[in-house]
Amino acid sequence: MRRDEIVEGDALHPGDPVVIDRYSTAARFNHWMTAASLVLLALSGLALFHPALYFLTGLFGGGSNTRAIHPWIGLFLFLGYMGLFFRFWKVNLWTPTDGTWLKKLHVFLIGHEEDMPEVGRYNFAQKAVFWWMGILIMISIASGLVIWEQYFAAYTTVDQKRWAVLIHSVAAIVMICIVIVHVYGALWARGTMTAMIKGRVTGGWAWRHHRKWLRELAADPKANRGTATPAE
Amino acid sequence: MFPPLPNPSTAPGPARFGDKDLIRRSASTVTPPAQRQTEVAKLIDVSKCIGCKACQSACLEWNDQHEEVGVNTGVYDNPHDLTPASWTLMRFTEWVNPETQNLEWLIRKDGCMHCEDPGCLKACPAPGAIVQYSNGIVDFVKENCIGCGYCVKGCPFNIPRISRVDEKAYKCSLCSDRVAVGQGPACAKACPTQAIVFGTKEEMKKHADGRITDLKSRGYKNAGLYDPPGVGGTHVMYVLHHADKPEIYAGLPNNPKISPLVELWKGVAKYAGFAAIGALAVGSVLHRLVAGRSEVSREDETNAQRLAREEETKERASP
Ligand code: HEM
Ligand code: SF4
Repeated sequence: MRRDEIVEGDALHPGDPVVIDRYSTAARFNHWMTAASLVLLALSGLALFHPALYFLTGLFGGGSNTRAIHPWIGLFLFLGYMGLFFRFWKVNLWTPTDGTWLKKLHVFLIGHEEDMPEVGRYNFAQKAVFWWMGILIMISIASGLVIWEQYFAAYTTVDQKRWAVLIHSVAAIVMICIVIVHVYGALWARGTMTAMIKGRVTGGWAWRHHRKWLRELAADPKANRGTATPAE
Repeated sequence: MFPPLPNPSTAPGPARFGDKDLIRRSASTVTPPAQRQTEVAKLIDVSKCIGCKACQSACLEWNDQHEEVGVNTGVYDNPHDLTPASWTLMRFTEWVNPETQNLEWLIRKDGCMHCEDPGCLKACPAPGAIVQYSNGIVDFVKENCIGCGYCVKGCPFNIPRISRVDEKAYKCSLCSDRVAVGQGPACAKACPTQAIVFGTKEEMKKHADGRITDLKSRGYKNAGLYDPPGVGGTHVMYVLHHADKPEIYAGLPNNPKISPLVELWKGVAKYAGFAAIGALAVGSVLHRLVAGRSEVSREDETNAQRLAREEETKERASP
């Protein structure tokens, strides 16, 4: 039996409605640590990005503290993302369905998900968020280290630092844009937030959004925790 | 000779310029004063410099800075670069003139140029950490500095240095405190050959003209004034005997400008960034209004139940 879309810990509990364990406590903690780091980085970074947002330094105890703390939060973002990466990289691998899905993106956007190809644990858009965030976080770290004046000023030329600060701010903006879409998506599809808060979704949610995943779960003797005791 | 500045009166008086004379303030908008003060300038005549470093000592002394004892690596430059304490530095170059085969010892007093269009100030994210007075002086205001190092990226002359002691940026202030009470900069005062002189920018240009005529009459046909237009001119200018090749003077930039990368970062990137974030935020709201929410129906739940039951039965049936 194929288990391409299943992550260790995924389980289906029959009932009305069917309840599915989607994210373990550890996975949720991992996610929220990453999310919190990202929000704090965006706030502290934007404070220095434009004078109109300099007031945000107040959240971090003034300009110097904001400047000092921001790169350290970056470290937590890195650790957080690495955790998520090793948990979920396999189920985020590209499949041919993703191409078909993308071609029908407009259908998805107007809310006709029933006319979309069946997707596994993640659809194209979710996979795009996963990979692009990974790439952009790596870019932010690399460019962030170059402009980390306090400890790394001596290792690069001024011109390299100019490139780095430009790249860093552009990567940050793109990341913030992705986060907006990511959060909006989670709020738009009702029943999604419980996945990251309680760790569970309903069977109907999985049927509607991730039917291939649901099929695999249902067909998997380990994941499908049926009520009936095995026949003797 | 340029007449030395007379010693001003020691009687206390009001400062000659202050906050009301700001024409630029980092990360802030200021209404420039109705009347601009006469622009001042320091003129450094490279041909008259004997490399004694009296200016360096005077700078440390007046600004109460203390340079660490360094290491001799076989060159005259001491310290080896500008530092948070050394705001000015004599840079020595041995240059063989290809036309005459003469070895020329070029000595340039490096330090902040007090640009009319200062890249440091443009790059600075902290309100009021860098200011420009209407007389042309660009000053760092320590209390507002956050130590991010953006001024380093903005400066086309590689001047600001961040102290690892207090994480603040330092550079030549053109002795704004001395100028405010009618004195000239400490370096100019200390220079024994009047290679450094200070006055209004007009006076300095006129004085430079005389020096350039003199140098030309002595065979330096490319002698000229360094007042680079790419940064709107500077309030520290050089008389160079080889003004056609400023880079031979320890890398003095030929036609310096604020880097296009900095212009991009501080210009288009900000507007494009806010536009992108705004567009997605508005787009999300519009999508919600037009497409509504994606709901899971009762039917979806029933389908899931049926699927779970069927598959479980299938599982059990197979051996
Ligand atoms: C992951 C490791 C990261 C490191 C090491 C890092 C480091 C830095 C450093 C050193 C600066 C200069 C100011 C300062 O010294 O604090 C900076 C600025 C900034 N950072 Fe980061 N950062 C990281 C991640 C992020 C992320 C994830 C975001 C956004 C979501 C972000 C957004 C920004 C922004 C907007 C600026 C201001 C850029 C500008 O002034 O144009 N950074 N970062
Ligand atoms: S030389 Fe550099 S530090 Fe001095 S005013 Fe110009 S940009 Fe600023």
